[in-house]
Amino acid sequence: MNDIWAGLSSAFWLVVTGDPDLIEITLRSLQVSLTALVIASAIALPFGTWLAIRRFRFRRTAIAVLNSLMGLPPVVVGLIVYLLLSRSGPFGVLGLLFTPTAMIIAQVIIITPLIASITHQAMRDLWAEYHDLLISLNTTPTRRILTLISDGRRALLTAALAGFGRAIGEVGAIMIVGGNIDHATRVLTTSIALETGKGDFALALGLGFVLIALALTVNLIIHALSRTEREGRW
Amino acid sequence: MKSLITALVVALGTTAVQADTMKMAVTTSFNNSGLSDVLLPAIKEDLDLDVQLLIVGTGQALRLGEAGDVDAILVHSKKAEEAFVADGYGTHRREIMYNDFVLIGPSDDPAQIKDSEAAKDALARIEKAQAPFVSRGDDSGTHKKELSLWAGADLAPATFDEWYKAVGAGMGASLNTAAGMGAYIMSDRASWLNFDNKADLAILFAGDPVLFNQYAYIPVNPEKHAHVNKDAAAQLEGWLVGDRAKGLIDSYTINGEKLFTFNAQQ
Amino acid sequence: MVTPLMPAHMRDVTVTRQGKQVLGPVDLTLGQSGFTILLGPNGAGKTTFLKALHGLERLSTGSVTWSAPDDVARMKQAYVFQSPVMLRRSVRANLGYPLAILGQPKAQVNDAVEAWATRIGLTAALDRPATGLSGGEKQKLALARALIRDPEILLLDEPCSNLDGRSVKDIEALLTAAHQAGTRIVMATHDLGQARRLATEILFLFKGHIHEAGPAPDAFDAPQTPEFKSFLNGDILI
Repeated sequence: MNDIWAGLSSAFWLVVTGDPDLIEITLRSLQVSLTALVIASAIALPFGTWLAIRRFRFRRTAIAVLNSLMGLPPVVVGLIVYLLLSRSGPFGVLGLLFTPTAMIIAQVIIITPLIASITHQAMRDLWAEYHDLLISLNTTPTRRILTLISDGRRALLTAALAGFGRAIGEVGAIMIVGGNIDHATRVLTTSIALETGKGDFALALGLGFVLIALALTVNLIIHALSRTEREGRW
Repeated sequence: MKSLITALVVALGTTAVQADTMKMAVTTSFNNSGLSDVLLPAIKEDLDLDVQLLIVGTGQALRLGEAGDVDAILVHSKKAEEAFVADGYGTHRREIMYNDFVLIGPSDDPAQIKDSEAAKDALARIEKAQAPFVSRGDDSGTHKKELSLWAGADLAPATFDEWYKAVGAGMGASLNTAAGMGAYIMSDRASWLNFDNKADLAILFAGDPVLFNQYAYIPVNPEKHAHVNKDAAAQLEGWLVGDRAKGLIDSYTINGEKLFTFNAQQ
Repeated sequence: MVTPLMPAHMRDVTVTRQGKQVLGPVDLTLGQSGFTILLGPNGAGKTTFLKALHGLERLSTGSVTWSAPDDVARMKQAYVFQSPVMLRRSVRANLGYPLAILGQPKAQVNDAVEAWATRIGLTAALDRPATGLSGGEKQKLALARALIRDPEILLLDEPCSNLDGRSVKDIEALLTAAHQAGTRIVMATHDLGQARRLATEILFLFKGHIHEAGPAPDAFDAPQTPEFKSFLNGDILI
């Protein structure tokens, strides 16, 4: 219990004093995870929707693969991305290893299946509801996807936020591909791992509270931004 | 939302490469000592060189060097280092400094290792008492050192019962585990002194010369990996064996205790 | 000159589901004008008939042909489902959707939306979520949304089941107006009273077959088949 209080007070002082290192790693956490979120959403939202409305031969297989990819351990993703981006790997010439870009790539791989899977489930229900009407109105496939994405935006927001939550709290993959380099690739979660390793539980916990506060803030901001002009339940 | 995305893209795009940087893989124990916080700013000042540290186990450090993902490594596992150079991954091995390992355990010392005459004697007493012992078990330099000490005492950890716990974790995490269980553990002195969660643990045995821990610097071979920053690696080597480094290393203390001894051939 | 959609021909149309023939064979011509009421007990195949006509059902045999070319034909039909499908949008967006997706200018869409909202009495609710409307309001909205593209034929699948009398009356008024304005209507119902009020033509469907087809007053006064006769008597048909 003492450690938890020490963590809370440590978090409080870090924030109140505007610790420059804290600000730096917090901004980097945001930069990496929000960029990963935007890229992953751009892939996963249309893909999950497409999967919900399109009947094709290997659809069930595709969905099963997608759902199992959701359970990929981040460390495995990190290791694969490391091997790909390593100087001895196929994309080594790009020199991306141990950069924020490498961390973004790993996070995109981790959260895209999650967002696509949640999207698919939500869109499948919505499509069952809309199917007859949209076919009757002779809509094009593109129009159908656009209509579903637009009308299912709340479910999609939930999917995106789930992805963001997984990205911002992820440590296994970005530790490997980012390397936790001070002033280059250090983010909140890797700092927490580092401080825990040093036995400085108060600081680690303090950073943890900052992370929670950050995730909460982003959630609230996105909800506020996405609130439609009209109130009410849909 | 659109402006937010734009800002992110800009932020991503401007993660620019600094003027001169190099990457060096170092062991957790080196970083945990806090010495890097003293050396890196001095290096920046003298050489205008940003040294980016990748803090990993010795095993992973060697792999990063083999793959050419770092420009140099600073580790402490002589056999593995010599093999690394012999296989052509490193140009040469340069000894820089040493610190020492200590045996840590619960302060009431159930295995009575305090008055042991040598490290192998202390380990034999732990084995005899079947007292809980935490091993790194992660193929790190420290882990390799611990295994060599058991071998020196004619004991084989593979045959040990449950009291021997290979946790497969870094020094800090292993110390946390030992503190939680009241177990014996071998640690480098620096990590121990900088470790905040000591609980009931204390240093029980130290000083045997076999416990000395030699750090060596190895630049990654540019013949294997043409892209490595060999000039920066050479500059850094020159600095590490120089007088400024000697002064900083020899005068570095934690709680008044000296940690490292500079022993580079100048 | 614009090709009219009607008449439409159904030739040897059958629909088979899981080895069981649920419709047909149907051979039928739907004439240029009229208000056709499709009668029949539950499970007679009324919904399948309407969907087959509209192209929502995969035909096992036969064909449905319209006088206009296929791409035009689809745009000139509208369909109202038994339980109205409300888009999770405002009433305004629901009404305007069929026009908006055709790329019509906003002002033009809005004029049409306002006009229809007035006709169905939902002006005050225009900016509320459509999913919050009552059952009757939803069905009126669905009907207006079907009529907003000014279709040549309107297909309705029991639009008044489960509605209160007031809503049924409103919907029947809208349908009568559309009919008088020249819209061809085919509507399934099992409400005989409604059929008598609205029909100019009767189709009686039982076990997937058309058992009776003819002008409305005659069919009621002198049913040609024993099945339709017992249906009119209120017997349970098995």
